[in-house]
Amino acid sequence: MSENTESDGERTRDAGFDDWLDAARANEAYSLVCEAGHHSLPPRRVCPECGSTDLTEEPLPETGEVETVTVTHVATPSFEADAPYATAIADFGPVRLTGQVVEVDPETVEPGLAVEIAVTTSETSGKRIVGFRPVQ
Amino acid sequence: MSSVRVAGTGLTSFGEYPERTSRDLFAEASATALADSDVPRDDVDAVLYGNFMGELSEHQGHQGPLMAEAAGVTAPATRYEAACASSGMALRDAVIRLRNGECDVVLVGGAERMTNLGTAGATEALAIAADDLWEVRAGMTFPGAYALMATAYFETYGGDREDLAHIAAKNHENALTNEKAQYQRALSVEDVLEAPTVSSPLGLYDSCPLSDGAAAVVLVSEAYADEHDLDAPVAITGTGQGGDRMALHDREYLARSPAAREAGEQAYADAEIGPEDVDLAEVHDCFTIAEVLALEALDLEQVGEGISAARDGRTTPDGDTPINLSGGLKAKGHPVGATGVSQVAEVATLLAGDHPNSEYVEGATTGVAHNAGGTVASAVVHVLEVVA
Ligand SMILES: [Zn+2]
Repeated sequence: MSENTESDGERTRDAGFDDWLDAARANEAYSLVCEAGHHSLPPRRVCPECGSTDLTEEPLPETGEVETVTVTHVATPSFEADAPYATAIADFGPVRLTGQVVEVDPETVEPGLAVEIAVTTSETSGKRIVGFRPVQ
Repeated sequence: MSSVRVAGTGLTSFGEYPERTSRDLFAEASATALADSDVPRDDVDAVLYGNFMGELSEHQGHQGPLMAEAAGVTAPATRYEAACASSGMALRDAVIRLRNGECDVVLVGGAERMTNLGTAGATEALAIAADDLWEVRAGMTFPGAYALMATAYFETYGGDREDLAHIAAKNHENALTNEKAQYQRALSVEDVLEAPTVSSPLGLYDSCPLSDGAAAVVLVSEAYADEHDLDAPVAITGTGQGGDRMALHDREYLARSPAAREAGEQAYADAEIGPEDVDLAEVHDCFTIAEVLALEALDLEQVGEGISAARDGRTTPDGDTPINLSGGLKAKGHPVGATGVSQVAEVATLLAGDHPNSEYVEGATTGVAHNAGGTVASAVVHVLEVVA
């Protein structure tokens, strides 16, 4: 395991992915869209559906909906202190995202829950992770 | 097209052997397979070998030539990596090489050493079969990914944890006669339901164990089998491979496995059979829900109905299509790089009448082996038939 601590500067950035996290933290999360209207997530130079290389950024809807969820009790060492935590796949219209549902009792998260993106950090590693927060 | 015959099979016992290296495990499995085949080592044209986490568990890459050496074979060797479908993919390439005439004899197998990593280390290692940026960094584990599929399945088609528990109980029951199995002990539906939760709705006994082990088969061309008068009554008559987007959230369906459907359709068409012809199957039940998704993808169950197949007795030994008579990954064990070839070895042995559970499928002529990688971004399916 590399020491990707979140004290910015020490960590090697993953172009595209870390840029997306920065944008999401500024409430400007986006998907990539080709001229045929296929959406995908970065880092990507080619549309995985049609091969188009003309990709532009389009803002994601502010609110998504949990499609499926699990509460993980047995975590990897990288998430040991976070367990138990809820991991969900949430539908944000043109794309889905996988993230941890925060600011709520994990056991109460169910499909249908309305969420917004909340970039959070792992209690174990301090690394940034994609998170979801229930919409009030 | 000439058929490809299974001339010999060899499996180590699957279990916890933290001090045994992969090369030692594969040396045992390949020696057994070669002895079973009556094929001299000098006749082997290629060694194709599957392994997933060797760099992490043994600090060992470049395992192809190492494993040829362990098998006592000087033929060129290649390692295949497709997560839990690694040796299934190796086997598919062996079939293709034999069919196109490039080889007459191929030693194909796989091995994995996992338990020396411990539960935490192995969980971390298995997770890298998922998308690192978008899944692993969000805390998704391998059981967690299948749990997401299970929740989505229940939400879409119904069913519950108790239905899944019947699958675990069935596969443990099947393993009672399999001396190579990691768990030769019965598990009740109550045991499964009462086990600690790993990743809801999946508990400890919805999951296959961490396993060390190796598997090997000797495949030969029909011409070679005839020429050398080999006892090789079972042929691999169909092969297929499917693929899907890496991250679960990028797929069209969260509770179906289109890659396995694609692989199955190809394999059925290749063998010129249909799902109705299948007498038995070994499917990739790394988690109980995975068996459901596999049966539906292979059209052995209608979509939405696979969940009740074990509970209602359709896939039990006395049912229409017994599934995982070996005990499956669930009870036999899942040394990931060895699994695909071990499934084919079990199907061949069941069809040849040499398996302790062959009595349940007397007169069976057609079996299927289904091997999935990760959350089924990779899938490979083989059809085996009795031809001699
Ligand atoms: Zn496109």
